[in-house]
Amino acid sequence: MPDADLDPRPVKAEVRDFSFFYGTFQAVKNVSLSFREKAVTALIGPSGCGKTTLLRCFNRMHDLYPGNRYQGDIILHSATDGGSTQHLNIVSPKTSPIEMRMRISMVFQKPNPFPKSIFENVAYGLRLRGLRSRRDLEGRVEAALRNAALWDEVKDRLNQNAYGLSGGQQQRLCIARALAVEPEIVLFDEPTSALDPIATSKIEELIDDLRERVTILIVTHNMQQAARVSDYTAFMYLGEMIEYDRTAKVFQNPGKPLTEQYISGRFG
Amino acid sequence: MLTTEQVIAKGRLHDRVFFLVGLTLTIICLGTLAVLLYNLLAAGLPRLNLDFLTSFPSRRAAKAGILSAWVGSVLVMLVTAATAIPLGVAAGVYLEEYARKNWFTSLIEVNIANLAGVPSIIYGLMALGLLVYQFRFGQSILTGGVTLAFLILPIVIVATREAIRAIPQHMREAAYALGATRWQVVKDHLLPYSSGGISTGVIIALSRAIGETAPLVTIGALTYIAFLPPAPFSTVEGRVVGPTEWLMSPFTVLPIQMFNWVSRPGDDFAANAAAAGIVLMAATLSMNLVAIVIRARVRRRVKW
Ligand SMILES: Nc1ncnc2c1ncn2[C@@H]1O[C@H](COP(=O)(O)OP(=O)(O)OP(=O)(O)O)[C@@H](O)[C@H]1O
Ligand SMILES: [Mg+2]
Repeated sequence: MPDADLDPRPVKAEVRDFSFFYGTFQAVKNVSLSFREKAVTALIGPSGCGKTTLLRCFNRMHDLYPGNRYQGDIILHSATDGGSTQHLNIVSPKTSPIEMRMRISMVFQKPNPFPKSIFENVAYGLRLRGLRSRRDLEGRVEAALRNAALWDEVKDRLNQNAYGLSGGQQQRLCIARALAVEPEIVLFDEPTSALDPIATSKIEELIDDLRERVTILIVTHNMQQAARVSDYTAFMYLGEMIEYDRTAKVFQNPGKPLTEQYISGRFG
Repeated sequence: MLTTEQVIAKGRLHDRVFFLVGLTLTIICLGTLAVLLYNLLAAGLPRLNLDFLTSFPSRRAAKAGILSAWVGSVLVMLVTAATAIPLGVAAGVYLEEYARKNWFTSLIEVNIANLAGVPSIIYGLMALGLLVYQFRFGQSILTGGVTLAFLILPIVIVATREAIRAIPQHMREAAYALGATRWQVVKDHLLPYSSGGISTGVIIALSRAIGETAPLVTIGALTYIAFLPPAPFSTVEGRVVGPTEWLMSPFTVLPIQMFNWVSRPGDDFAANAAAAGIVLMAATLSMNLVAIVIRARVRRRVKW
């Protein structure tokens, strides 16, 4: 664990000897690392190195398709009311994928709002959790839209279809949808790759603000983005974790030649 | 070796020829349809009036009407829709979202495609054995409606599957990622987003069913009915009718009534048949129109 003693933030999730298989193809190979709570951790690496695959293990998305297999542990640390820390293996067959998805939200590469109203998009996750009261829903939806820096742009048209929004607004709506349920971790998979530079910088600012509330894992292809928004950076190559450290360290003084080659743009 | 000009000229010629052939064939098709329609309208329109719609059939052609036939058609369609929609949609959802892809489901899929091609009279034979003799539903509206439901079930299943398959996978993932169960994904997303496609398929299927004659003749629908099925809660012979008794009533439908009139000698009954044909065509065409409108609406509303 990098700089373990210097970071006061507790560990939020611990990946231990973790591998992932699509059928017989091993896409993630023996990865071990720990994510800090309320930090932004970036996953970088060349196309096909397994970033998305690793990210989607955290909310058990791979369970939706047959033939996928997890091996090893991803331990989620959660503070209990009593002040102690509860440990739960996210990828254990005994852990319910539904529960993990309720506690860990995801924002996808392409904005994918539901073809429903803006309000319903944000409220849906809350409804799934049994929230019925109109007043509560309205309050939580507004708070989520504010947190996603979208409230001022949509407050007068909450009942309009989400597909009337611009691409960048749709992505912030998806972020609001992910935040409304007060998750412990938010997973971002290249959230700005389908957006223009202005929409991108808005989302980067947003992620910067969010770090105070929630633990963030973000996959990105954009080296500048990783450098701008993240506290920690993990560099993956061909399914393996090559280097994991403070972002400043990885970018300024990488410990491995491969990392150095990648961030200086010599491949990928 | 041809010069460039010659190649282009040749291409032009092919273009012209194909255009003319296509145009001629289109005109022949449309012309045939126009003549058919004209004949039907010319023979039937003079007979078409309110009395014709509100009278029972009669031995005197001028007094005969299609009341029992169109009421029968509507009621049979109600039963057909009430049976085929839930069964077909459920089967379509199951095959698309729940069933694992293995040899067994492939077998089911192939058979559903085959079922759509089975001649309708075969359905009539099956219904005669199963519904009339085995379940003792009688030669009733219930039997007729369920028979036609079997007939259109493959169409409804295929329409449902196609409508659901057209929903992009990232829509499902968005819902699952929020913690939805499979059933919640189906109920809150897949069915609402595919409802346009499904209703289009259902209406087209019903417009096919409403013109079916052979399976209903096979199960023993009557050709001459001079009464209506008992209305729920009305009083017949001093007794209050139950809410579902009409289901067990004998019936006839428009195409059977038409068939009956066509097979009689004399121009008068032929005019009646043509008039009934106009009503049937109008019903079918307006159903197709509704389907087109729904499809256009949904296409404008749902996009991803
Ligand atoms: N559903 C799948 N079935 C089989 N192999 C897959 C599947 N999805 C991804 N892979 C393979 O797993 C490896 C990792 O893919 P992954 O999508 O995680 O890469 P990535 O790092 O996110 O790449 P990119 O930057 O292009 O998004 C690749 O070799 C890919 O071909
Ligand atoms: Mg990826």
